[in-house]
Amino acid sequence: MGMTMTQKILAAHAGLDEVKPGQLVMADLDLVLGNDVTSPVAINEFNKAGFDSIFSQDKITMVMDHFTPNKDIKAAGQCKQCREFAGKYGIKNYFDVGDMGIEHALLPEKGLVAPGDCVIGADSHTCTYGALGAFSTGVGSTDMCAGMAKGKDWFRIPSAIKFNIIGKLPKWSTAKDVILHIITMIGVDGALYKSMEFSGPGLKNLTMEDRLCMANMAIEAGAKNGIFAVDEVTLDYIKDKVTKEYKIFEADEDAEYDEVYDIDLSQIKPTVAFPHLPENGRTFDEIGNIPIDQAVIGSCTNGRIEDIRAAAEILKGRHIAEGVRCIVIPATQKVYLTAMKEGLLEIFINAGCAVSTPTCGPCLGGHMGILAKGERAVATTNRNFVGRMGHPESEVYLASPYVAAASAVMGRIAQPSELD
Amino acid sequence: MKAHGTVHKYGDNVDTDVIIPARYLNSADMQELAKHCMEDIDIEFAGRVKPGDIMVAKANFGCGSSREHAPASIKASGISCVIAKSFARIFYRNAINIGLPIIECDEAAEKIENGDEVEIDFDTGVITNITRNETYQGQSFPEFLINIINSNGLLNSLK
Repeated sequence: MGMTMTQKILAAHAGLDEVKPGQLVMADLDLVLGNDVTSPVAINEFNKAGFDSIFSQDKITMVMDHFTPNKDIKAAGQCKQCREFAGKYGIKNYFDVGDMGIEHALLPEKGLVAPGDCVIGADSHTCTYGALGAFSTGVGSTDMCAGMAKGKDWFRIPSAIKFNIIGKLPKWSTAKDVILHIITMIGVDGALYKSMEFSGPGLKNLTMEDRLCMANMAIEAGAKNGIFAVDEVTLDYIKDKVTKEYKIFEADEDAEYDEVYDIDLSQIKPTVAFPHLPENGRTFDEIGNIPIDQAVIGSCTNGRIEDIRAAAEILKGRHIAEGVRCIVIPATQKVYLTAMKEGLLEIFINAGCAVSTPTCGPCLGGHMGILAKGERAVATTNRNFVGRMGHPESEVYLASPYVAAASAVMGRIAQPSELD
Repeated sequence: MKAHGTVHKYGDNVDTDVIIPARYLNSADMQELAKHCMEDIDIEFAGRVKPGDIMVAKANFGCGSSREHAPASIKASGISCVIAKSFARIFYRNAINIGLPIIECDEAAEKIENGDEVEIDFDTGVITNITRNETYQGQSFPEFLINIINSNGLLNSLK
């Protein structure tokens, strides 16, 4: 029986010729990631277990991005604990305020993930790096601890759902709309324990930023990982970033899939996921008048330069509606600098937006844009669970940067074509 | 090994943001976090839960964030086992890795009601509903995972 792309990567890292869905394996890790919320728990476990060395100084990375710049004394303490641990053990890829960015935007930009890698991260959106053709999955802090100490972790070999991408996106439709469409179609547990593998002739029409956005939200369908076939777009993206050796894996032609879906990009419309699940996607013919209090443009899902440019395209020469707060958060220092050089920050400030240094902040209700009771936000983030951005009685609507920016201008959930 | 206690029952897609809201994640003290466990969907849980109690939910329990604070705060609140139709995969592995017993069982997730008295035999996977005089067969773990659980978590199993 043939293997999927994910199965082949896991087999290679477990030293096996073949693996089958459901099989449990120990696999070698190419990268172990943690942030300022999950690393402290891993460090506590590391010390409690009595480990006194790490498996590699190059293959562990810590990014202080969730509650940074430190939002309060306790958050400052957690970052201090990470900083001291990274210093003590000589972790080279430790990123703190000033050079950090949102982890899942930062690591690909820094060339830390290559095709064929096996990556774990103590953050659920670690599945983002599947965009580069790596196996990458979110785990907990104990896994991170084990990974740091031993460079190995256990995996249950997943079966897969194949998404055959065809066509090209129409104007104002984005990768965010594609993934919201898919999650709405299969549900928040539609890919539970499985891989979502993306391939097909339409892949060439999706940029790396598009792929990172789609792979990022694989977890919102319950998936173990999302992964894209490696092509010219991948190789072009990594050529001036990745310096380590890598191996490209392809799914076997006779690989078995639980399901196969054709996704025709030309049919994708701007989509908004209503509270309180990412599967509650609606297109604008079923939305109506929904006033908003806040718009958030950023996050590991949509804080890359293409997303910031999309928001700026809408906000250029316009002003956000009275009574609406719009917060723009470039995901990394590089994105911030590029946006500055291109004059995008000026567009945002003239439009009445707040522009923030990189942080996960509002996405998880941490800081930099918390919602009060009864308030409503449209956000380019990835989750709209109860209380996700603040008060348990606030609401989050998930959408693309175009829709979030257009909504900020209109003061209600709006699509960009309404501004034409 | 057995668990025995009163049931706290929830529905589908209980996510990690309601199990332990991110606004408390500036602390990694699980006893402290247990005081806020479930508060966004069940404000009285922390005051009501007793050591040994059992949590029962429907599909996709623990979806969302990878925060290990979620199973750890459930464990620290005194819950001895979580029964659900299915678990989100990161929650599933976190629970095994930290030694919080979990069992997948469709029938138990449907038939057990809030407040029922339930006993679980981990060796056989049999769940007994004492209040309703019913038994349900839960799914047992593969040997690989039983070894992790018997070692009292992943880190001990790697030593």
